[in-house]
Amino acid sequence: MNLVFVTALLLISIGFAGVVLNRNLMKIIISIGVIEAGVNLFLVSSAYREGGALPIFTDAGAGTATLSMALPTAQALTLTSIVIGVSITALLLSFAIVLHKHYGTLDTAEIRRLRE
Amino acid sequence: MNLTDHLPVLIIALPLLTAFLMPLLRNVDQRVKGVLAVIVAVVTLLMVISLAGDVYTSSEHRVDYTFGERNADNTTALQNSTVLVDNGDFPIRILFQIDAFSAFMAIISATVLLVGTLYSLAAVRNEDDARKGHYYTLMMLMAVGMFGMEFTGDLFNLFVFMELTSVSTCAMVAFHRERSESLEAAFKYLVISTVGGLMMLLGVALFYVQYDALNMRYIAELMANRGVGDLERTALVLFMTCFAMKAGAVPMHMWTLDAYMEAPNSLMPMMVSVSQASLYALFRIVFTLYGGAYNVNVGAIDHEVIGQALIILGVLSMFIGVTMALVQTDIKRLMAYHAVSQTGYMFLGVGVGLAVMGTAEFQEYGARAMAGGIFHIINHAFYKGLLFLTAGAVYYKLRTRDLDRMGGLAHSMPFTTIFFIIGAAAIAGLPPFNGYASKVLIYETVYQYNPLLTVIAMVVSVLTLASFVKVFYSAFLGPRNPRVDDEVPQPMLLGMTILAVLVLLLGLAPGLFVSTVVDPTVVALAGEEAFEGDLALEETLATGTGFWNPLLMLAGLALMAIIVLVLRWIGEPDVRATGRQGEPFVSGNPNEEVMRVSGVYWGFTEALHGYYEKLRLVHSGDLRDYLFWYISVTALLMLYLLEVAT
Repeated sequence: MNLVFVTALLLISIGFAGVVLNRNLMKIIISIGVIEAGVNLFLVSSAYREGGALPIFTDAGAGTATLSMALPTAQALTLTSIVIGVSITALLLSFAIVLHKHYGTLDTAEIRRLRE
Repeated sequence: MNLTDHLPVLIIALPLLTAFLMPLLRNVDQRVKGVLAVIVAVVTLLMVISLAGDVYTSSEHRVDYTFGERNADNTTALQNSTVLVDNGDFPIRILFQIDAFSAFMAIISATVLLVGTLYSLAAVRNEDDARKGHYYTLMMLMAVGMFGMEFTGDLFNLFVFMELTSVSTCAMVAFHRERSESLEAAFKYLVISTVGGLMMLLGVALFYVQYDALNMRYIAELMANRGVGDLERTALVLFMTCFAMKAGAVPMHMWTLDAYMEAPNSLMPMMVSVSQASLYALFRIVFTLYGGAYNVNVGAIDHEVIGQALIILGVLSMFIGVTMALVQTDIKRLMAYHAVSQTGYMFLGVGVGLAVMGTAEFQEYGARAMAGGIFHIINHAFYKGLLFLTAGAVYYKLRTRDLDRMGGLAHSMPFTTIFFIIGAAAIAGLPPFNGYASKVLIYETVYQYNPLLTVIAMVVSVLTLASFVKVFYSAFLGPRNPRVDDEVPQPMLLGMTILAVLVLLLGLAPGLFVSTVVDPTVVALAGEEAFEGDLALEETLATGTGFWNPLLMLAGLALMAIIVLVLRWIGEPDVRATGRQGEPFVSGNPNEEVMRVSGVYWGFTEALHGYYEKLRLVHSGDLRDYLFWYISVTALLMLYLLEVAT
């Protein structure tokens, strides 16, 4: 089980490194996606139950002694978070397209007319 | 079914439905949509006021609303247990828990929504093409996000509403997509707020895996029983830095400047309010969620450390914000720096309250300091909104934001000038305006914690005045501007009038407002025992060491005015005709024809040359630097909280 948490933390760290070290806007957007994957993995893994059934009450052997199913709440949370992530990525990508039209580059060191 | 019982959800639903109605009205005239938005804003404001009335008069000072409950309005069932009335059926339900602080913030949000829609009636008509349809959609979504953040009692729900707010705000910042700077600002804001949001989500997940719960008050109870470990500390840092960044605390403030500068002018009061919704979330986290974590048996977090972290962020914001504002030549960027600087006062006041919480000092001055910080939130929302709107009015007429290219507007825009003076006097903390009332509460309380804090706060206030004198002088004074011959349209004036009247009212009756509205918010955050003694009187604002009564002060002013008039009357009438009184005073230097605004405080900035050089390096405008500061603050705070202050 700990392997999942380690993987999630690793993904988040890789994403952070990518966000700070990359100069290309596209790579920054991808790095944000990696952070997001890490956080979502962490969230959804909290609902995992070894040998558990789908979180459908009647399928999981309701009433029997072996009732064991994954927790649906965390999965719902993860789903919500994925949807939010998709919409943000879409917005970021569309910003990046128009930024490239305006500046002719995707380099963060050159996209800085706003400073001081 | 009684409709008033469902106010919490109606306040969210009405703007949400309006937001999605707007794109359907594609072929309808923009003015009709504007009027519809105003009507929705008025209804929302009325509902918020009614809800706030319920909150303030209810026995618990709180209204709980359970989604999916047949008797959602049945607050009596909820009164005994904090949450989870429906144990067994569903493990998780979303609750809206509206206490005095939520209601207080919702009133601010609803007011600025109304002002924003009114102002937009005229200001947006000038904007171009079909995108106008999306304008009101995004505006309503911003309002929904703010209300949601302020009402919800659920951590994950807080995250969802926060993301809703930031996505709609980013889209709004990029509204003028033909301007490259707008897109740049929107992109930077979206990147940093997404990273912040994901860190907050990680914090939520950390709680969820341990407590199987998402309700803040319920988790707080569990935490108070079980004790606090490293995971809770980590989550606290993740929450704190995320919300402090979104509230615009130095050194994570760079996105604020860009976004405030590039957002549509009519939207500025909403932008300020969006930042304050994050500030609300920050205070909610450190007080409500972690309120039980400060005095548990196992691994209690030192509340003084958290309070001091807020104070440090506050002092940095105040000082760096105002010194950078002094050298700006763009009117909106200057005001954005002031927004950062004023947010520092809120951090300072509430931080001092948190640092001394639970001790005898809290009764003595901590609660007052918190009241000052929270009072400053509403004052700031109104006067800063007003100032941004006057800047918008100037832009509407001149189509420039460069202070060097303005001047002489007082002749043709008298109302805007008056509104600007009101706003500038309030932000600079001149009595009897509202900014002074909240600042005097902060001054007179934080010195008991550390005298240096008051000194800094006062210096910052003086510098604030200096930089607004600069704006006033360069934009409004001087010979009549030939490019402007009349005032801005009436809806814009009406929007500004509302805010100006509120600024004046809050300035003239601060004692009444603090004792009836602000003090309950302090109680909502810090608990019933916040006020032992009766410190606040009705007309007079008492701070424990002094008092402030604007009416007394006005009487004194009137007396002095009479003395001046008498002196003038006994003087010689023709003294102006001779002598050099009419010439500008330039301390012996040759009188230049054109004086650039950027050079007004040349002496000051030149003396602090080294300091400004360093700040220029920090404000590089590079997106990676924005992220670097955010991650550094998170790492530093985490190291300190996990390793040093255990």
